[in-house]
Amino acid sequence: MVDTKVTLSGIELDNPIIPASGTFGFGYEFAELYDINMLGTFSFKGTTKEARFGNPTPRIAECPSGMINSVGLQNPGVEKVISEELPKLKKCFNKPVMANISGFSIDEYVYCCEKIDKQEQVGWLEVNVSCPNVHGGGMSFGVCPESAAEVTKAVKAVTTKPVYIKLSPNVTDIVSIAKACEEAGADGISMINTMLGMRINLNTKKPVIANKMGGFSGSAIMPVALRMVYQVYEAVNIPIIGMGGITTAEDVIEMMLAGATAVQVGAANLVEPFACKNIIEDLPRVMEKYNITSLKDIIGGAH
Amino acid sequence: MKQGLFKVLSNENIADKVYKMTLSGDTSDITATGQFVNIKLDGMYLRRPISVCDYSDTTLTLIYKAVGKGTEYMSSLKEGAVLDVLTGLGNGYDTSLSGNSPLLIGGGVGVPPMYALAKALVNEGKSVSVILGFNTSKDAFYENEFKALGCKVFVTTADGSYGTKGFVTDVLGQIGEYTYFYTCGPEPMLKAVYNSTATSGQFSFEERMGCGFGACMGCSCKTKYGNKRICKDGPVLVKEEIIW
Repeated sequence: MVDTKVTLSGIELDNPIIPASGTFGFGYEFAELYDINMLGTFSFKGTTKEARFGNPTPRIAECPSGMINSVGLQNPGVEKVISEELPKLKKCFNKPVMANISGFSIDEYVYCCEKIDKQEQVGWLEVNVSCPNVHGGGMSFGVCPESAAEVTKAVKAVTTKPVYIKLSPNVTDIVSIAKACEEAGADGISMINTMLGMRINLNTKKPVIANKMGGFSGSAIMPVALRMVYQVYEAVNIPIIGMGGITTAEDVIEMMLAGATAVQVGAANLVEPFACKNIIEDLPRVMEKYNITSLKDIIGGAH
Repeated sequence: MKQGLFKVLSNENIADKVYKMTLSGDTSDITATGQFVNIKLDGMYLRRPISVCDYSDTTLTLIYKAVGKGTEYMSSLKEGAVLDVLTGLGNGYDTSLSGNSPLLIGGGVGVPPMYALAKALVNEGKSVSVILGFNTSKDAFYENEFKALGCKVFVTTADGSYGTKGFVTDVLGQIGEYTYFYTCGPEPMLKAVYNSTATSGQFSFEERMGCGFGACMGCSCKTKYGNKRICKDGPVLVKEEIIW
């Protein structure tokens, strides 16, 4: 018997598989397909203070072994997430859920995190610092250690649950940003968000995506994600949730060897709706194949 | 939604770059005409959403135009090829609103979903009129198939090389009384139809999709009834809710 359990900031997960925010909605589409209680947990759709329609369409472009999305954080706003989405989720998911929060100012992060932290169903907060800071010239909070730390500190001051900061890979030195978040009190790091990418339509000779650029994800980015998780693992003492192109049980093990305590599966859910179920069911076989008895033992094993 | 393996029975070229593919597999999750399927293709990351032209309990007919990498690859598939297909996607057409003499308007690759709809309406005893619009004669297909169902068929081509010269809206006046309409085609055509008739109807929309089953919010649109996902809450919207 192999042991797939891992512990994320004091909460035990049956397995390290977590569907990534933005690829799993609030769970119901997938609950129609399989029992989502088999998941470690999942990270719900990025939530902001105000309701957002998001970006104009087309929002999606295909790439070799991946895709670009520019959804633009479409969500009903934190109040409706609490009053409508969480009660609906309760009917199909009985584990603690990961609350993904975005903001366009420190005040917005604080507002949303304080409210979402009080929700019984929420186990962890995952704070996306890739959004532009509207008061900081539109530069993303996640691009420099100081602003990432500022968000972390502000959120930690109003929350009681573990806070994971979700880092952008579109930076010069992700290690310094991860360290700054740790020093500011982050309970963990979630990485990596999508990579900024672009496609051009040869017929129209214009960008495929209405917003011109978007987040590149899918199996193509896994080597980059893996490298960054490996580097950050060496620099911090807090747990890392690794993500970026994970598609198979083998990928999960590889990411954990790099240093991830748990992993998120994103784009794979969109092309294979049963991706997470398949990975979870395949994990024991792959663990046995590589002589792994407990997943806890392999975290950071490649170092 | 159901995931299943479908076997290609035939794949033939029926008009310029237009192919008709028949497949065998479990279609039990297709609950309405106007729904679509999402097909996994070798070497392509995203699935390809294709509207359902016709279906029985064990067969599926798709008509598609080879316009990009995915559909060009599809056109190369031979009998016996096996495809991973998600079925039963989208809301589809509501035939309960059709009245006794509905009008169906299809433009280009918007024609295929009109076929299963016409069949369903004819089976319900409705008197069905159909307008098929194409750019030119070599693009035209399925006129005889609609006639064989017993529909009254009008064909238009933009260059006048076949049928009536002009757009689908140019023959609206010749149809006589119709109780309701259903339409699918390029957005400029849908908009022209919207502006050309006082009758109520249903419009099928197209958008670039990520997942095709409502998870990614890649294909959202604004309607008078709130934000909708073309893949899950659509692709069919009623005339009254559309915001252009």
